[in-house]
Amino acid sequence: MEWAWRNRDQVLELFWQHTWLSVVPLVVGFLLAVPIGWYASRHPRLRGTLLGVGSVLYTIPSLALFVTLPGIIGTGFLDPLNVVVALSIYAVAIMVRTAADAFESVSPAVLDSATATGYSSRQRGFGVELPLAGPVLLAGIRVVSVSTVSLVSVGALIGVASLGSLFTNGYRRDFLTEIVVGLVGIVVLALVLDALLVLAGRVLMPWDRHSERAKGPFWRRFAGGRVAESGTMALGGDA
Amino acid sequence: MIEYRSVGKTFPDGTQAVASFDLTIPSRTTTVFVGSSGCGKTTLLRMVNRMVDPSAGQVLIDDVDVATQDPVALRRSIGYVMQHAGLLPHRKVVDNVATVLRLNGTGKGAARERALEVLSTVGLDESQSRKYPGQLSGGQQQRVGVARGLAADPNILLMDEPFGAVDPIVRLELQAELRRLQTQLDKTIVFVTHDIDEAFALGDQVVILKKGGEVAQVGAPADILAQPADDFVASFVGLDKGGRSLHVEEREGRKVVVDASGRPAGVLEG
Repeated sequence: MEWAWRNRDQVLELFWQHTWLSVVPLVVGFLLAVPIGWYASRHPRLRGTLLGVGSVLYTIPSLALFVTLPGIIGTGFLDPLNVVVALSIYAVAIMVRTAADAFESVSPAVLDSATATGYSSRQRGFGVELPLAGPVLLAGIRVVSVSTVSLVSVGALIGVASLGSLFTNGYRRDFLTEIVVGLVGIVVLALVLDALLVLAGRVLMPWDRHSERAKGPFWRRFAGGRVAESGTMALGGDA
Repeated sequence: MIEYRSVGKTFPDGTQAVASFDLTIPSRTTTVFVGSSGCGKTTLLRMVNRMVDPSAGQVLIDDVDVATQDPVALRRSIGYVMQHAGLLPHRKVVDNVATVLRLNGTGKGAARERALEVLSTVGLDESQSRKYPGQLSGGQQQRVGVARGLAADPNILLMDEPFGAVDPIVRLELQAELRRLQTQLDKTIVFVTHDIDEAFALGDQVVILKKGGEVAQVGAPADILAQPADDFVASFVGLDKGGRSLHVEEREGRKVVVDASGRPAGVLEG
C-alpha cells in the first residue's frame, strides 16, 4: 500500500495509459464490427466466411501480432499504435459474431410491421434494427471490454507502457507488491468500464429494463407496482 | 375504391398463392377476406400496400395502379394493423402511434397530440400511453395497433388477423369497438380472418376464399347465409352442422330461438 502511495503519480499515469489503450480499440472494434455483423446477418451465404475470418484472426497469439504489426503497417517497434491496432483487430474478431447474432435476434414480425408502417430501409436500419439489436450488442461489448483490458498488459512485454509494466517490472525485481498493485489496477479498470457500459445501456435502452422487470420474479413486480396494474387488467382493463 | 384485376401471385420458390383474382372493394365499407390458411388472403391484403407485388394483373386504388406508386409513400398513406400488433418494443405506446405521423414529417408536438387523441378514441388513457408495449396486455396492445393504423387518418385501413392472438372475450370487445369506430370514421377497411363469425360480425362484404385465392362466394353476410353458392360455402359457414339452422319455440309465453341440436341461441323480440 505504502509503495503504491509513494509511486502514485507513476501508477496513475500507467492507469490512464492503460485506459486509453483499452478504450480506443473498444470503440474502433465496435464501430467496425456493427456494420460487418449487420451485413453478415443479411447475407447468409457470406455469414460463414465473415465469421470464419473473425475466428481465425482471434487465434493469432497477441504477442506475435504485436511483434509483426510494425513490419506490416510501418510503425515504430515501440509505438503504442501497434497495441491499439492489434487489440482493435481482436475486438472486431469477437464483436462481429455477436453483432451478427444481435441483428438476427430482432423479431422479423417487428421489422415487417415497421416496413408496412412506412419506414424506408434506412430509417428502419437506424430506428428499429440497431436499437433492438442493442441489448445483445451490449452483452458482446462487455465481453470485449474485459478481454481488451487484460490483453493491453501483454503490450508491456514489447515495451508499451501500461499497468502491465508493473508486472514486467515487479517480476524482474522480484517485487510482489508492484505486481499486486498492477493486478488491482487492471481489475478496477475492468470493473469501472463494465459499470459504465451497463449504465450507458440503461440510459440508451430504457425499454430493456422494463421488459426485464415485467418478466422478473414476483418481488420485483411488487417493487414496480405491476401487481396492482395487472389486477385492474384482469378486472376489465381491456374494456 | 380498391380494385383487383386478374391478380395472380407465384412466389420465387414456385408456390402459387393466388391464381387469378378479381374483386372490387367499394369505398367506406368493410370487406372481409375469410378462408383457411393457405388460401392467399394475407397475400391479397398485402398487395394493396405493396408489401407483396403481384406477379400478374393489377391492383388499383381509386383507378391508380399501385405498382406506379413509391412503396414507402404508399405505405405511409395506408393504415396497417397486424396480428400481435407488431408494435416497436423499444418505443413508448404514444411514440408507436406517432411514428407514421413523424415519418410523414409532422412536428413532434403535433404528432404527440394527435397520437394521444387517437389513443383515447380506441379507449386508452394517457397513463397507458407512457408505457412500453411489453407492459400492456394483449388486448391493449391490439388497441394500440389499431390506433397506430388510424393515426395518419388514412382512407384505407388494412387489418391482417388483428384479433387472432387475443382471448375470445377480448376479441368480441375489440370487434364491437371496431364496428363503433367504423360508424364514426367511415374508412375503407380490408380485414383478413380465418374466423367466419368474425367475418360476419364485421363485414359489409364477405369474400370466402378457397385454396389459391379462388373466390367461393362474395356477398353480404345475410345473402351468403340465405344462398350459399355451393357445398363448400355451406360447410364453411356452418350451415351443415346445424349451428346456424335456427327455429323458434314457445317457452313460458316467450319466443325462444333454438338451433338444430336444441340449444337455445336467444330470445325473439317484438
